[in-house]
Amino acid sequence: MGLGERLSKVFGSSQESKTPVNPTKVENSENKTKTEEKLVADKITIGHVHMSGCSGCVVSIADTFEGLFTLLDNYADLVYCLTLADVRDIPKMDVALVEGSVCINDHHSIEDIRKTRENATIVVALGGCASYGNITRFCRGGQWNQPGHEAFVPIGDLINVDVYLPGCAPTPEAIRNVCVMAYLLLKGNDDQKALATKYLEPLMKLPTLGTEACGCDLMTKIINHGLCMGCGTCCASCPVRAITMQSGKPNIERDMCIKCGACYTACPRSFISLELTAQFETILGAIDGAMNP
Amino acid sequence: MVLGNYKAVCAARAADANIRNGAQDGGIVTAMFAYALEAGIIDGAIVAGPGEKPWQPEPTIATTVDELLAARGTKYNICPNMAMIKEATRSYGLDKIGIVGTPCQMQALRKAQLYPIGVRSVPDKIALAIGIFCMENFPYDGMKAIVEDHCNVPMQSLAKVDIGKGKFWAYTNRGAVTQIPLKETHKYEQPGCHVCLDYVANLADVSTGSVGSPDGWSTVFVRTAKGETIWGQAAKAGVFEVQDIGSVQPGLALVEKLANQKISGNQKYIEQRAGYGIGKTLNNPYI
Ligand SMILES: Cc1cc2nc3c(=O)[nH]c(=O)nc-3n(C[C@H](O)[C@H](O)[C@H](O)COP(=O)(O)OP(=O)(O)OC[C@H]3O[C@@H](n4cnc5c(N)ncnc54)[C@H](O)[C@@H]3O)c2cc1C
Ligand code: SF4
Ligand code: SF4
Repeated sequence: MGLGERLSKVFGSSQESKTPVNPTKVENSENKTKTEEKLVADKITIGHVHMSGCSGCVVSIADTFEGLFTLLDNYADLVYCLTLADVRDIPKMDVALVEGSVCINDHHSIEDIRKTRENATIVVALGGCASYGNITRFCRGGQWNQPGHEAFVPIGDLINVDVYLPGCAPTPEAIRNVCVMAYLLLKGNDDQKALATKYLEPLMKLPTLGTEACGCDLMTKIINHGLCMGCGTCCASCPVRAITMQSGKPNIERDMCIKCGACYTACPRSFISLELTAQFETILGAIDGAMNP
Repeated sequence: MVLGNYKAVCAARAADANIRNGAQDGGIVTAMFAYALEAGIIDGAIVAGPGEKPWQPEPTIATTVDELLAARGTKYNICPNMAMIKEATRSYGLDKIGIVGTPCQMQALRKAQLYPIGVRSVPDKIALAIGIFCMENFPYDGMKAIVEDHCNVPMQSLAKVDIGKGKFWAYTNRGAVTQIPLKETHKYEQPGCHVCLDYVANLADVSTGSVGSPDGWSTVFVRTAKGETIWGQAAKAGVFEVQDIGSVQPGLALVEKLANQKISGNQKYIEQRAGYGIGKTLNNPYI
């Protein structure tokens, strides 16, 4: 049995009957005749840390709609989130989802990012700004209220980051997939941990490759290395339509590029595990099962 | 494993002679999309429609059977179908997307579903992914050089291109046939194809190609639960004529032989690349 298959045995896949995580029979006191299966999983704690970002990333978290409730009901407690949870100081947590880059002209931001690193087991750079600076790379200061705030760095320039999840904004589906995998990594059985590790590995490698991204990465890292085969995924992934396909290769309108890193991360020739991808049906079914228990 | 996971394999062709006419092989891709479109399984399909220049494909979202028919046949040059995957949901409002593509495009699609970076609302809307076997592809100018300079056929006179029996074939609209040894075409191949480790589109819902089946028929792998359901419904509706793969020549052994050839050859190239530098290595996508 493959890892994905074993995983789906626990989570239930869309095709098979759905078995919830750690199903525990709970007697319903009001109606003794009805026995319902309730999810009693060991939850993880997550927080959303807002640095200099536009809130698009947190909107993406919420955009999983009922998915957010499923995540919060079954897998994670939201212990910190300025927009959604009433907690002022950054607490200890398992996973910190950091949105935005850090303004080094603002000492609060420096303290917050340091505290995030100290208090979180896993730090995820959520979105293009936290990972690569993105649109904040173009800031020159002079904005109302804080004209002196002009120098912004991706969080990886100040702290060690465990996972990058690029995208402007990161998609709700990517957040969902990564959350389920992060949950398995922390609370799953050995097989689930192995699968989650394999899944998260490339996103964990991204921080080691640097904090700079550009559409030019498609040239310097893919085309120039003889790897591009013209599938067009990069073109579809660009949030600002800076990429068109010319002669079967991506052509980057370099002035339009906002340096989010989506295209390179999405490219199947930047990284792919054929072993993991071969199990796509079971993995997607399992994620679906996890989100629809 | 070189043939990927599959639930069933057979030789088949579209029952509708109209679809087969102008299709590359058994018309499997077009017939299956046409059935899925009419049955409401897909709202449209991303196919290689006619482009600006003769035989230059353009990724096209077909929402009618006529548009599917207009995209029949193999264009032996790059058609970035994945470039339209987000447009399909945005500009075209498709909720159930069909897509055809080469093995590398199927890899791109599945990576996009597992790691949906920048393709919001796409991953859960893939209703039918049909893969086509592929040994290699050519850039447009490469194909043009082969057809015009080697086969001596003007692109606008070309009726069909095929690769088979170790040769590259060009058929003209007036019925002339030119063939050249396949090895003359190698230098025009897209370099990115040489690191590709999939011949029969292992990651598609259903994948198909000519190799293994007699002329006019296609070899079909039914791979996923989704593929199995749709293939089953279409077959039941009489969309396909089906034969046991064991009963046809040359059969699955040839598919396996070619798959092994492609994969081991390309694996060797990947290893060779790794040794190009001194204390440095070129990027390798496989982890
Ligand atoms: C570059 C390339 C290499 C191939 N190599 C092999 C091989 O080595 N062995 C083998 O058995 N088969 C190979 N095929 C597949 C084969 O040529 C037929 O496409 C396949 O058998 C489907 O035929 P059909 O009659 O079922 O499809 P049809 O009904 O004719 O439909 C074909 C579909 O493929 C789409 N298409 C055409 N060209 C492209 C393209 N460049 N990129 C993406 N989609 C496209 C069309 O739009 C259409 O929807 C290759 C195809 C391509 C594009
Ligand atoms: S996604 Fe990668 S392989 Fe595909 S066209 Fe873009 S650069 Fe080339
Ligand atoms: S080209 Fe587009 S996807 Fe790539 S980094 Fe620039 S803005 Fe992002």
